[in-house]
Amino acid sequence: MQTTGKTATSKPLFESADWTFDLVNKAYDACAEIGLGELGLDIYPNVIEVITSEQMLDAYASIGLPRMYRHWSFGKQFVRDELHYRKGSRALAYELVINSDPCINYIMEENSMTMHTLVLAHAAMGHNHFFKNNYLFQEWTRADAILDYLDFAKTYVSRCEEKHGVNAVEQVLDAAHALMNQGISRYPGANKHVSLARERERALARHLYEEQSFNDLWRTVPKPQQDVADGEEGDKPTAPPPQAHLPEDNLLYFLEKTAPKLDDWERELLRIVRNLATYFYPQRQTKVMNEGCATWTHFYIMNRLYDKGLLSEGSMLEFLHSHSSVTMQPAWSDRRFSGMNPYALGFAIMRDIERMANEPTDEDKEWCPDVAGCGDAVGALKRVWAEYRDDSFILQYMSPKVMRDFRLFGIHDESQHPHVFVSSIHDERGYRRVRKALSEQYCVSTSDPDLQIIDADLQGSRRLVVSHNVRNGVLLERANCERTLYHLARLWGYRVKLIEVDNETGKILKEHENLRMP
Amino acid sequence: MQIVDRRLNPKSKSLGNRQRFLRRAKAEIKEAVREAVKSRKVADLASGEDVKISSKSLREPTFSLDSKSGSRDFVLPGNSDFVVGDAIPKPPPGGGRGSKGSKDGSGEDDFVFSLTREEFLDIFFEDLKLPNLVKAKLKNVKSKELTRAGFSSDGPPSKLNHVRTMRNSLARRIALHRPSLKTLEALEAEIATAEAETPPDEERLAELRARHKRTLYLRKTVAYLDPLDLKFNRHERRPKPSTQAVMFCLMDVSASMTERLKDLAKRFFMLLNIFLQRHYREVQVVFIRHTNVAAEVDEETFFSGRETGGTVISTALVEMQRVINERYPVSDWNIYAAQASDGHNFSDDMDECLDILQMNLLSQCQYFAYIEVGSSDEGPYPPSEVWEGYEELIGQHSNFAMRRVSEAGDIYPVFRNLFSDEKKPA
Repeated sequence: MQTTGKTATSKPLFESADWTFDLVNKAYDACAEIGLGELGLDIYPNVIEVITSEQMLDAYASIGLPRMYRHWSFGKQFVRDELHYRKGSRALAYELVINSDPCINYIMEENSMTMHTLVLAHAAMGHNHFFKNNYLFQEWTRADAILDYLDFAKTYVSRCEEKHGVNAVEQVLDAAHALMNQGISRYPGANKHVSLARERERALARHLYEEQSFNDLWRTVPKPQQDVADGEEGDKPTAPPPQAHLPEDNLLYFLEKTAPKLDDWERELLRIVRNLATYFYPQRQTKVMNEGCATWTHFYIMNRLYDKGLLSEGSMLEFLHSHSSVTMQPAWSDRRFSGMNPYALGFAIMRDIERMANEPTDEDKEWCPDVAGCGDAVGALKRVWAEYRDDSFILQYMSPKVMRDFRLFGIHDESQHPHVFVSSIHDERGYRRVRKALSEQYCVSTSDPDLQIIDADLQGSRRLVVSHNVRNGVLLERANCERTLYHLARLWGYRVKLIEVDNETGKILKEHENLRMP
Repeated sequence: MQIVDRRLNPKSKSLGNRQRFLRRAKAEIKEAVREAVKSRKVADLASGEDVKISSKSLREPTFSLDSKSGSRDFVLPGNSDFVVGDAIPKPPPGGGRGSKGSKDGSGEDDFVFSLTREEFLDIFFEDLKLPNLVKAKLKNVKSKELTRAGFSSDGPPSKLNHVRTMRNSLARRIALHRPSLKTLEALEAEIATAEAETPPDEERLAELRARHKRTLYLRKTVAYLDPLDLKFNRHERRPKPSTQAVMFCLMDVSASMTERLKDLAKRFFMLLNIFLQRHYREVQVVFIRHTNVAAEVDEETFFSGRETGGTVISTALVEMQRVINERYPVSDWNIYAAQASDGHNFSDDMDECLDILQMNLLSQCQYFAYIEVGSSDEGPYPPSEVWEGYEELIGQHSNFAMRRVSEAGDIYPVFRNLFSDEKKPA
């Protein structure tokens, strides 16, 4: 860290807790001076939106996106959040930030000026830089298009509701939401057709063309027979048999293109849900890094503000209090424990990288030779932020010191056994194993079930076969699986079969079937 | 950077989502409201309430991995004394240590949230099949009216309170020793007599003149009526003051009344109560149950207590008459009565019932409603004794209504007159 000595020459930006637009502006400028000037962060332009707590609950309910389309599940979420909030069992987040260009930051009116400054440093600087620079976000999302796309989706859904009824739309959305996690094309190259902006343009162009070329007379012309037969993919007169594309792990994509009985608008709804799933995919893979980056950035900026004399002692204490409660990691036996805290883990590793860069030990030189002693902590961190995701980040940069500090230990759990076993602890023999296990815990492709469509018979029985690639004998949760299968069958329109196949032996462990009456 | 103030954006953006959510969970919410109706007092039906529903129709399933099968590795923080190879017993199923599993699945089967008053009544009414116009009228909040609310020191001249103002003025004049007109006149008379004397007592005359001058000065400086004295009548908008009403709930509690029939009766009482609360500032409820003897009881006993014995309806009417005479003089109270029974009565008793009703009660009551509860699956049954007896009253008395009820939807028509003629009872 480039530390300049304490030069408390300037007056604090603010003394009281009350905020004004003018103060927020000043605080932003001060944060930007440090963030952009000293750290050299590269950010999207910021838009700060001041909202009330009720609006914050609103935003929560629609998975953090403004202008989300309407669906009952968001209403359910709202009712639940509101209850927790009223009971006081859960506080609202201080901020909400959207990966968009310009980057939208929400701040709540009831927060103090210190908290606003913290939010600006955390979200407007930290998250914003991460969104703009991390390779996953660059590859999977188009920040400049998301807001327009949401507008398009919202209008489209409400127009569908008017045209086809709330019920019909709800059924399709329910089914699509159930398959949302299977709506992502995970492999490089495969996702070239899901770039949001292009999808949106194509959708708009399709609708525009339909509207322009609409001629009611055509309705009266009798349709030639083969047109009806392959009506499922209008713009490809001779669609290749779907088997050519199998296996396909993007269930929503497959249904959208191939399901025999869906209407055009239903396909468009699937596409909308699929695009949103794709938009969120990077966020699911970078929880630790994203929060770690934002937390490290706000910690640096707030400390620098204090050094410069721009923060009063009281504000600094308020900040430290909130910072330390955010980055607290309760032990596994603690009542408050609910999994690893991404803020704590991310922040600890980022701080550790900083330490290794400036004061490396022999151990660090062995474990992380590329940063140990390099001297340029900020440069190293920026490289890390740009090029890694949670699992690779942990695998590469979690040093033994962090494992010792967190007192991490690995557990092996066999479902049949009444006990779980401690497989490794934070000692010489265990470091690598603990690190590998934790990294896998954050790997989305191992925590999501691996499902693929392996067969779709379009000529005969029209049966769809999905296989679950079972790893370590972990099957699908039965009740949920049956219900989701029902949704899948509803979209497909015919019989759907799901087989669970062990990935080592190839043995079929379990079969589920849902028969959709035509 | 740009700051946007979104606080003034339209409120409850999520209203659309909430409506969709309520629609989705309708069946469960209805059930919950029905439960709430059972546990509620007749008099406080209309407040919104937390309802608890099971989220069966609110499930959002996804393909998820079963934490009870296969094997897995995971990492926990905060090792205190474990070494490699230690075995830790698993927590009992359902306990959930929170490390793995049960993230989306269980734990959300019961779902508590609160309905607003409107939403609650909507669902309650839906069951009762009220016509929409009536619903709108019932949900309406009372109209406001100007009432006196003390005095204030400013206001329009038309509201000047003369008595108060003059009282203040008088007190101030006394306190500041403002000479009255009488004193002035007396002084002037004295000066006149002194001037008339020969020879005039110059010294006394000078003193009198000085006093006269002083008196005039005082009268000029201390005003007769100062802005300080002004008092105005003050008015406030208050809910419309209407007179008070008492509602008698009469019910046969002999063994033939089952839980279901009692529940029907309860809804009947509730509906009347909502109606009364809309019209009267104060509504008291009196519960009288009867078998072959009648007694005034509290609500709890009324709906849940069990009694055995025959059925003599006139006892309840006599009891009601007694309560009216004792506590609710007809001149001060609007009296409403709702009677529920399964139609059985001791056959010699009918004449006496009709006597009491015709001679006294019906002329004292604003409205007397009778429902005969029974189950529809018993098929058409012959008119009961009570029904036959009461039938005479229809036509003779416009404030008497009766109805056979076998499900909640049948209750409303018994009040049809009451609701359609809104002006009468006020």
